[in-house]
Amino acid sequence: MIRDAMLVAAKDLRLERRSKIGLAQVMPFAVLVLLLFAFALDPDRNILRQATPGLFWVTVLFSAVLTLQRSFGVEAEDGILDALRLSGMAPAGIYLGKVAALVVQLLALEVVLAIGVAVLYDTRFIGIPLLIGVSITATLGIAAAGAVYGALAARLRSRDTLLPLLLLPLLAPVLISATRGFEVSLERETVSGWPWAALLGIFALVYLTLGSVLFRPLLEDA
Amino acid sequence: MTTTTTTSAGSAAAAADGPTGTGSLGTKVLGGLSLVAIALAVVYGLFISAPDAQLGETIRIIYMHVPTVLAAYVAFIITAVSSAMYLWKRNEFWDLLGSSSAEIGVLFFAVTIIDGALWGKVTWGVFWRWEPRLTTSAVLLIMYIGYLAVRAIPADARTRATRCSIVGLVAVVNIPIVHKAVDWWRGLHQGRTVLSTIDPEMDGTQLFAMYTSLVAGLLVFAWLLVHRFRTAYLAERAADLGLDTALAERRLEGSPATSDTSHTPTNTGAAS
Amino acid sequence: MESIVHLRAAVALIGRFPALAGADLDVDHGEIVLLRGPNGAGKTTLLRVCAGLVSVSSGTAMVLGEDLVRNRAAVRRRVGMLGHATFLYEDLTVTENIDFWARAAGATVPDGRAALDRLGVASRLWSLPVSALSAGQRRRVSFASMLCRRPELWLLDEPHAGLDSDGRDVIDDLMREAASVGATVLFASHELDRAGGVAHRSVTISGGVTVPDAESFDSVGIADLADEVAP
Repeated sequence: MIRDAMLVAAKDLRLERRSKIGLAQVMPFAVLVLLLFAFALDPDRNILRQATPGLFWVTVLFSAVLTLQRSFGVEAEDGILDALRLSGMAPAGIYLGKVAALVVQLLALEVVLAIGVAVLYDTRFIGIPLLIGVSITATLGIAAAGAVYGALAARLRSRDTLLPLLLLPLLAPVLISATRGFEVSLERETVSGWPWAALLGIFALVYLTLGSVLFRPLLEDA
Repeated sequence: MTTTTTTSAGSAAAAADGPTGTGSLGTKVLGGLSLVAIALAVVYGLFISAPDAQLGETIRIIYMHVPTVLAAYVAFIITAVSSAMYLWKRNEFWDLLGSSSAEIGVLFFAVTIIDGALWGKVTWGVFWRWEPRLTTSAVLLIMYIGYLAVRAIPADARTRATRCSIVGLVAVVNIPIVHKAVDWWRGLHQGRTVLSTIDPEMDGTQLFAMYTSLVAGLLVFAWLLVHRFRTAYLAERAADLGLDTALAERRLEGSPATSDTSHTPTNTGAAS
Repeated sequence: MESIVHLRAAVALIGRFPALAGADLDVDHGEIVLLRGPNGAGKTTLLRVCAGLVSVSSGTAMVLGEDLVRNRAAVRRRVGMLGHATFLYEDLTVTENIDFWARAAGATVPDGRAALDRLGVASRLWSLPVSALSAGQRRRVSFASMLCRRPELWLLDEPHAGLDSDGRDVIDDLMREAASVGATVLFASHELDRAGGVAHRSVTISGGVTVPDAESFDSVGIADLADEVAP
């Protein structure tokens, strides 16, 4: 199963490297969203500065939806789903491989976004350990839950509207926790931020487990 | 061919003898009990029970709010259990139960939000406050509307059931996490459950009204669930009736091509 | 010896449509069987049923000794399928595709490369993305990715389609080779002349039901085939 996961993850990353959709389309989109927020919220730096953690994570969520569409859209074409079933690879392995590739892509995106907010919103990054802890757990959770719904929606014509409808409310606690975690870490708050990271960790763990179990029926029937 | 025709005629006859509605003795009893409970709840809730010391008459909304919220949670738990059972046993019963329950759960949740908003308007002057319960309800409502959206996608029974079961499980697991996140977010550190609204120190009449309305809510939920389940079940049976006809038609497609062989196509009558 | 494929009154539903409405089929070890029939008759569905991709709602379906009604996933690793879709990632190169699919099925990278050679896919094409290949070249790559798995049962849906006559010869040789080493081949085709040169017998499907053919390929002569195949 681990071997299958690594095989799939490597394949996904190779696909991304070849098509460069993440680099050429999703990342510019994410930076664009940051710009749009600046237009909407007034260049007066104070408002933007206060809202930065929230805006950062909202942008990540929207970009994640796009990344998921791409990641699973590829599998829905050319009979690939049939080929995956015929390959005899463990469904849980395929799932974990896709999640791993998604995590890598999303983390790369977050680094770019972090640079974006540092430049555009004049954010100073402090409390790095918490920032990293929150980012990793949040990203794991987004990828784990996203992969389940991404796979479900993959073959549907309505997937472009269905996937956000399904996924974004599910990720509401991730948005809340990650934003609060960032606020603490950027010293906007005086309370401890680690409970938020812990909640994110629980979310990630729960969905990684559930996803691994559900991927077999998902691959077969959905 | 004769065998097939008889089977279709047979099923057509069966349909004529089948149920013409989803009612039964059981649902009539259930319905009757619900009406009684509702009457009691209305009388006690709106009239006999004492008003709250602080909130006055507006407290009476809890006799509607709490039961609907409880029923909604019960509905989603039923959906979750049904989803898991369907994925395990692959029996249509669980799929129909889960989806019927989810529909009714969405209904009850919508009612909860509406009466919560009305209460807010009367009590605080605004239709919406970002307080934990309302916020959580809004998130959960949209999650389950997503479930209904997936249910509505045309697909064969097994695919649709699998998709819905997956959504059912993914959504239910999120409920406690959403609660925690929203509670912490709004600064609430001790859990406020639905049941903790029922303070044992409530006035006797209030307590009675509360329990009666809870019972009424659950009875209404059960009544709706049974009817909805039966409607869904009958819809599936109606769709199945077409199968024998479809099989016959399908084989007919091939007849001109096989007219030069002495051997008629086999049919499923002999098998299973 | 128990048949490789044994279907009795198999009904397969696509949604509520009975794509197979009671198919009977027996295919023995080492046979090459042609599936013929008009468009929409159910040939593709039959092949997919044998691959364990489509469920059988009633009747019997045993493939390679596995009961497909009970567990259709068990047979998948042991069969190879060539369908209408390419089963390849458009954006990846030929070798990236073959390497992935070979390893996914438990074969090795050298197996995959050898299959590409066998199918006559020129090495100058290997580092091109699949989207840059012609339809015929893609077919060859798809075939190679099936070949390197060394499946016990070959399920081919119109294997000759889109190939030039060299390609078709290669396919025919491969099918005979497969049968000679003990694999079994079931393929659907509209090209009856060419198929007649390879297949041991044919089965007609029409309206979702199988009809054993009144004529078999006597024009070829079973004896000639036996000489070529040489068990």
